[in-house]
Amino acid sequence: MIRFSGVVKRFGDHVVLSELDFVVAPGEFVTLIGPSGSGKTTILRLLMTLEKVDGGTIEVDGEFLSHMDRGGSLVASDEKHQRRIRKRIGMVFQQFNLFPNMPVLRNITEAPVRALGLSKAEAERRALELLELVGLSDKVGAHPTQLSGGQQQRVAIARALAMRPKVLLLDEVTSALDPELVAGVLGVLKNIAKTTDITFLCVTHEMQFARDVSDRVLMFDNGQVIEEGVPEVLFTRPEHERTREFLHAVIDRAG
Amino acid sequence: MNWSWDWNYAWSVLPSLGEGLVVTIQATVFGSLLAYVLGLVFALLRRSRFWLVRTIVWLFIEFVRSTPLLVQLFFLFFVLPDIGIRLSPLLTGVIGLGLHYATYTAEVYRAGIEGVPKGQWEAARALSLPAGRTWTAVILPQAIPRVLPALGNYTISMFKETPLLLTISVLDIVGAAYEVGSSSFRFVEPLTMAGILFLLLSYPSSLFVRWLERRFGIAH
Repeated sequence: MIRFSGVVKRFGDHVVLSELDFVVAPGEFVTLIGPSGSGKTTILRLLMTLEKVDGGTIEVDGEFLSHMDRGGSLVASDEKHQRRIRKRIGMVFQQFNLFPNMPVLRNITEAPVRALGLSKAEAERRALELLELVGLSDKVGAHPTQLSGGQQQRVAIARALAMRPKVLLLDEVTSALDPELVAGVLGVLKNIAKTTDITFLCVTHEMQFARDVSDRVLMFDNGQVIEEGVPEVLFTRPEHERTREFLHAVIDRAG
Repeated sequence: MNWSWDWNYAWSVLPSLGEGLVVTIQATVFGSLLAYVLGLVFALLRRSRFWLVRTIVWLFIEFVRSTPLLVQLFFLFFVLPDIGIRLSPLLTGVIGLGLHYATYTAEVYRAGIEGVPKGQWEAARALSLPAGRTWTAVILPQAIPRVLPALGNYTISMFKETPLLLTISVLDIVGAAYEVGSSSFRFVEPLTMAGILFLLLSYPSSLFVRWLERRFGIAH
């Protein structure tokens, strides 16, 4: 579903990703772990086309995202091409990024109506279903500012799902939440991961969550995948010294 | 010193000043509307993808801001007819005020737009909202409320600058006061009454702007 081939990303002189290769299969739940600044979030932002690649190619759902075919040769993709592929990808942000000028319902229906061309009635029907799924049926008419962080994030999840994405990117979705609100959001995500065939790519520091839902975990350091495996193995018997150090640090902090 | 105040005369000039007041209000209202709309257009064009568009708008804004409003009014009033554009003096004044203030409101809008968090743009992009819709449904509804106080302040300063239109033969409140004074050779009453009219209108307006500031946050 997702394929990174030799992807390079620099910010000025700083190389964030160097020749990165990895693949995510359809329906797979893959979690990226690793120290801050290791380039995990950049991977999600490249997929969402919030950043441009400096080298290599990204494929999504069997088509190039970063590039397109023009007269038999691969060139950097234009906005129109990206827009078409981007519709298959959704993203949930650390800071929720709900539209504060719209009530909850319209936050969810706006894009399906305007970008997918759904009728307003159809979009609202779907939005109500999704609000029920995230446990916020009673907040239809509320404004984002009236909601707790955890509620805002659950609306943001519903909003992303309303676009029926094939791929959902989760960018540290609980990092900005008060501790007591984390479980509610993670519970909703767990449920969605188990009941849909959406492909997930998740950046998180919630190791227990990563362990519970991931099919595969990739350990990142310095813009490279240094170790990967199923969670039971990677969390209990990491091979790489950096992975051991990182897991120790994270678990010490949590404990 | 030959100072005296004649109440009967002071009251008698009010109808003439009233006519001037209508002109002042027309110039301010239409000038402001023009400045609000054009300023937004300038602010958006300054973000154009095309280098040439950005540069032309920037040059125009800098040019207008670095020259006096009076010169711009004269330019519109005396030069436009030479190239075949004949407008009434009041309309010329409205265009002059509107253009001049648009270069300031453009900056206000720019700050307001930049004040919308980056995450809003990113969320709109992640949801594949079309660019036009991102502006009209997400960015501007958040940017405009917070610039309302600043726009209101510019309307108040425009209101106080309308007497400049006297120079292109538009009789606003001050123009009317001056005309009444010249025909009776008594200027104290008409000019004082004109001043009081300005005070009566601009003080409540500035209270309204202060209320806007409290209501919508950031002061400018």
